[in-house]
Amino acid sequence: MYATNYHRASSVADALRLKGASDEAKYVSGGMTLIPTMKQRLAAPSDLVDLRHIAEMKGITVSGGRVRIGAGTTHAEVAQSAEIKAACPALAHLASLIGDPQVRHMGTIGGSIANNDPAADYPSAMLALAATIVTDRREIAADDFFTGLFETALQDDEIVVAVTFAPPERAGYSKFPNPASRYAMTGVFVAKGPGGVRVGVTGAGANGVFRHAAMEAALTGNFSAQALSGVTTDPSELLSDIHGSAEYRANLVNVMARRAVAAA
Amino acid sequence: MGVEGIGARVARKEDKRFLTGKGRYTDDMVVPGMKYAAFVRSPHAHARIRGIDSSAAEGMPGVIGVLNGKQMLDDGIGNLICGWMIHSKDGSPMKMGAWRPIAHDTVRYVGDAVAVVVADSVGEARDAAEAVVVDYEELPAVTDAVMALEPARPQLHPEAAGNLIYDWALGTGEAETDAAIAAAAHVTEMTIVNNRLAPNAMEPRAALGVYDAADDHYTCYTTSQNPHVARLVMSAFYNVAPENKLRVIAPDVGGGFGSKIFIYPEEIVCLWASKRTGVPVKWTSDRTEAFLTDAHGRDHHSTVKMAFDADNRITALKVDTIANFGAYMSLFSSAVPTYLYATLLSGQYDIPAIHANVRAVYTNTAPVDAYRGAGRPEATFLLERTMETAARELGISPAELRRKNFIRSFPHQTPVIMNYDAGDYEASLEAAMREADWAGFGARKAEAERRGKKRGIGMSCYIEACGIAPSAAVGSLGAGVGLWESAEVRVNAVGTIEVLTGSHSHGQGHETTFAQLVADRFGVPIDSVSIVHGDTDKVQMGMGTYGSRSGAVGMSAIVKALDKVEAKAKKIAAHLMEADEGDIVIENGEAKVAGTDKTVPWFQVALAAYTAHNLPAGMEPGLKEGAFYDPSNFTFPAGCYICEVEVDPETGKTGIVQFVAADDFGNIINPMIVEGQVHGGIAQGIGQALLEGVHYDPQTGQLLTASYMDYAMPRAHDLPSFKVSHQNTPCPNNPLGIKGCGEAGAIGSPPALINAITDAIGNNDLTMPATPQKVWAAVNAAQ
Repeated sequence: MYATNYHRASSVADALRLKGASDEAKYVSGGMTLIPTMKQRLAAPSDLVDLRHIAEMKGITVSGGRVRIGAGTTHAEVAQSAEIKAACPALAHLASLIGDPQVRHMGTIGGSIANNDPAADYPSAMLALAATIVTDRREIAADDFFTGLFETALQDDEIVVAVTFAPPERAGYSKFPNPASRYAMTGVFVAKGPGGVRVGVTGAGANGVFRHAAMEAALTGNFSAQALSGVTTDPSELLSDIHGSAEYRANLVNVMARRAVAAA
Repeated sequence: MGVEGIGARVARKEDKRFLTGKGRYTDDMVVPGMKYAAFVRSPHAHARIRGIDSSAAEGMPGVIGVLNGKQMLDDGIGNLICGWMIHSKDGSPMKMGAWRPIAHDTVRYVGDAVAVVVADSVGEARDAAEAVVVDYEELPAVTDAVMALEPARPQLHPEAAGNLIYDWALGTGEAETDAAIAAAAHVTEMTIVNNRLAPNAMEPRAALGVYDAADDHYTCYTTSQNPHVARLVMSAFYNVAPENKLRVIAPDVGGGFGSKIFIYPEEIVCLWASKRTGVPVKWTSDRTEAFLTDAHGRDHHSTVKMAFDADNRITALKVDTIANFGAYMSLFSSAVPTYLYATLLSGQYDIPAIHANVRAVYTNTAPVDAYRGAGRPEATFLLERTMETAARELGISPAELRRKNFIRSFPHQTPVIMNYDAGDYEASLEAAMREADWAGFGARKAEAERRGKKRGIGMSCYIEACGIAPSAAVGSLGAGVGLWESAEVRVNAVGTIEVLTGSHSHGQGHETTFAQLVADRFGVPIDSVSIVHGDTDKVQMGMGTYGSRSGAVGMSAIVKALDKVEAKAKKIAAHLMEADEGDIVIENGEAKVAGTDKTVPWFQVALAAYTAHNLPAGMEPGLKEGAFYDPSNFTFPAGCYICEVEVDPETGKTGIVQFVAADDFGNIINPMIVEGQVHGGIAQGIGQALLEGVHYDPQTGQLLTASYMDYAMPRAHDLPSFKVSHQNTPCPNNPLGIKGCGEAGAIGSPPALINAITDAIGNNDLTMPATPQKVWAAVNAAQ
């Protein structure tokens, strides 16, 4: 790891000030991606601004027909939350599948979506739940937020403060983990909510998380696994690596989608 | 059997310090003035070094020195060596290319060292290493051994034309074998690939070199399975220092699996750099460095023909193997696909004709050497996959085909050198099938079918050769060292006992099992027995731990030393009690005159030896004896493993629903530790069969599996609870009747698992690791 300066931000405003003080500063939340990357000397921020101790970014609330999860909420907190289990059990299930217990107690929902790893679990749920990403300066629809591999609509110093969504009528998540990393080789989140049926796919897309239009269309009239039997997934838009070819991932998208619907 | 003696499930004495984080490993060692090394490593798989500019690095903060391979050459540091001479079938010696600890003209794999920085801190050393500018002329690379043998491929070493190190044969003549195959009623032919593995010891390699100018003496702390061999090789071949000026200490070592047998460049560099810079130099590998530079295992490509007569008896076996050696010949690399592989190709079967041909090949990859099982897993996988396939082709049950061909009388001379001394293969087969409820499989398969799962069952009957090895025999086969072991038993004046052994412990539990031997012999508590190992200043000489040899060879040496101590103690006790020496028995911590109530406590016998006030006439004071034990034969652990799987046909994911191991290790000192060894071995075997595989990019030679993000290790939830049992035909050739247990799990399990998966999916075309993607493709191909 290269030498770096650590700062603990006490508020969102404090974090913005600390970040602005250096050209090469980076925010760190759970650090589950950034710290290993720094250890491998593949990232060299001059300063780290720690967002984990900002009270306004913590906590889970359900009110006015919206679920609000503070960006600093850990995966373990989401997985164990009675509010989330009541409002959207599929999301609690998704959180329980991330990494291992150590990762789940360090990693945060804000960090996960801001990083937008193409194999991360949360982005698929954000898309499928038509979530809103609340930042320090605006609200961004999930559809506009995830823009490519490790790319988001966030400006350089913009901080994700929370995510909000309307509890779905039904939702399910099914994940096939990569045998090595246990990240999603394919994860499919399906949700039937106020805005209709939405299907978010992670781990498989060549450009990162995506919505599966054909599946959404098929499920709109008939929200059942059988409705997906005729739906195909185009391998040409999918990732291919030593763990799984695009054709294999296309199959996994179909299988995981059916299982997610069955679980919803 | 006492509560702490032979056969007792004694909890491991060493676990208290390991489990409480108090183990002391090489990286924990701190000496005054210690500095840190970082290596500049080749980013190219094959390149010529045009020049190295270290001027910027030398000026960076904390940097003490930047050293290169040319300086090492000028200082007379020798090439790394391979210590086992193999002659090709044309009589020519193996073609060994030069391996420099730091490359100075050509790099041959990604990770090859080209310079080393010594600095005040690890961070500063690494920063400076990045600032060393190496001017490379890139050369084309080849990573696949089969391709490397083809014409017009990149050539690695001028010494080895066509990248061929040796072309070696063993066994029955080729013409005779071919004739038997031609006359057969049935021939099963297969192509078998044994996948390349990264060893992944939990503790990465590390070294601390300390040069003491006052005494012109070197100390090397290192992660070694055999510190004495390290000293011997570093002294005799690398010219680091004469043996009396070089102390090698291998303290607690966190796993080896073979990868820490070999002498690597880094420990030599740390010693040399310590003298050159005047400061102690420590290096600790990070995980990616470990993936790049630890010697890999396996990587065989073979074709096999197995011939049967009309009665389904094997009449001949012909094997042609290409072994990938990587860029350089590591210390024992040459022996692995020859005398540790082809010699085991008879398996548990009576095969009248076996011809094996092995070609060893250079490629632009990390060196390949022994990894848990070393040659025997490759032989077992080839043989047991072929047996399973033959059974399917012949339409008889896999158990029946094996039974028909089992060796049933001992000793048995195979056509491939080995003379099996004892075994009962039927016993292990029966035990395993009973434990696995083989007969009930059909009902379980039908039940799984109703849940949409494909269920399969597979077996593997393995044999291995352990207790390596008779020195004269291996010497005649090309070994550069003898493979005996030494022991010294020191009884202190108050009766406590120290056992000095050349068998290094790096997870095997020697501090417990070796102490049990002593406790058993004298009836003293094992807490009064200390096992001393891993330091060339304490233990005079030893050959180390590998090849499941610590029990059969290391403990046999202790037995010999104990015999001498016991004999002298009896003489002393007889003298003290005015009894006949032949009437003395030592048990429960005292010496007794048989048939009387006369006793002398053990500590008084010891004290008498050291006060020397009242010893038999002419007896030397003291109670300390040493012994060297050289085995008369290999030992032959064998067993039967059965694996049952369920495959999800939609995803190709394999779940292991049952795993049964029935092993014959001969007599057992500590069943708990033996079971632990079997569990660990099976976990690694399942890792090979299901998950693990080293991938290089075939064009660039870049390592694609250089972290745990891409190299899949077995995790607890990948594994079922293992059902382990033991059968026992004692080894007739060592005093304890033990055979060795350290590698069996890794040897026996991969074919059982692949046989089970191929049984489940109805497609025999499946390579390791059987990843979900491959299994899914095989399921689809079968439909």
